[in-house]
Amino acid sequence: MTLSTSESIVIIAVVAALTFLTRAFPFILFGRNKQVPDIIQYLGKILPPAIIATLVVYCVRNINFYNFPSGFAEIISIAVVVMLHLWKRNNLLSIGVGTVVYMILIQNLT
Amino acid sequence: MKKTLKTALIYTFPVLIGYIFLGMAFGLLLQKAGYNYIWAFFISLFVYAGSMQFVLVDFFGSGLSLSVMAAMTLIINSRHIFYGLSFIDKFKKMKKLYPYMVFSLTDETYSILCSVESPEGTDPDKLYFLIALLNQIYWIAGSVIGALAGELITFNTTGIDFAMTALFVVIFVEQWKESKSHIPALTGLSSAILCLILFGPDNFILPSLLVTVAFLLLIKNKIPATNKEEVSVP
Repeated sequence: MTLSTSESIVIIAVVAALTFLTRAFPFILFGRNKQVPDIIQYLGKILPPAIIATLVVYCVRNINFYNFPSGFAEIISIAVVVMLHLWKRNNLLSIGVGTVVYMILIQNLT
Repeated sequence: MKKTLKTALIYTFPVLIGYIFLGMAFGLLLQKAGYNYIWAFFISLFVYAGSMQFVLVDFFGSGLSLSVMAAMTLIINSRHIFYGLSFIDKFKKMKKLYPYMVFSLTDETYSILCSVESPEGTDPDKLYFLIALLNQIYWIAGSVIGALAGELITFNTTGIDFAMTALFVVIFVEQWKESKSHIPALTGLSSAILCLILFGPDNFILPSLLVTVAFLLLIKNKIPATNKEEVSVP
């Protein structure tokens, strides 16, 4: 611990406050109106699948395709999750099996 | 109430696995930086942001100025700006719980709330709240365990964080099957891949979301009603 306790607390407080601010931003902007503007309602309805797709890419962002087998475990495991989910449509089964497959692959591929 | 809690536990189970182990990784890292489990507890209680908390550990001892740290925090968390757009009316209705719902809107909580369906006999507001609360409890528990005993774990947990990726993939598939138009999903996917190639892994998410929003606004009148159920409800 190179910082003093109070210095550390100040840093944590700043990070906490600004993190909350980013989450609160749309609510501060549009939450006070009685009626949320049409265009925001449209975005609110249509954005989730786009954001989830972005988060999936975010999770595999560090794959380097020029460096096999980097990315191999990710692609196989994601394919397993997708196929299993289309077949059984059971969240926990798809996520559980996919994670075990990934762990086996990533721990045994070097 | 019991049924609502049970439903929330089932929905959040993948997050339990992911947050416990990611939280432990955070706690261990923090403890190695010289901050014990009490710090882990309060950071996870008040900051509650996965990737940001790992950066926070780097901040300690980095010698960066407070304003640089503030700017980095805003940039790293900027994706959250878009999450609330889908929940403005819903959270407002929750009255006393409104501030907590806004505070606790992490990637994982957001994703689950986007896909949750409240079964009969459960209270939708309570279900929303319990999902958000349970997720934060898992995260706090994981980070405290990590700070206290992270070094005692001897079995190889490498790759267990894939549970979070798998959760997002499952929700992606669910939404794909539910939506009438696949344009939003495809827009998000192609924009993310394009921006990842252009801006690299550390800086792509904000440009990607901005491109997505701009494109979806541009084609506003060309997308059919978003959900199948919305069309079928008389």
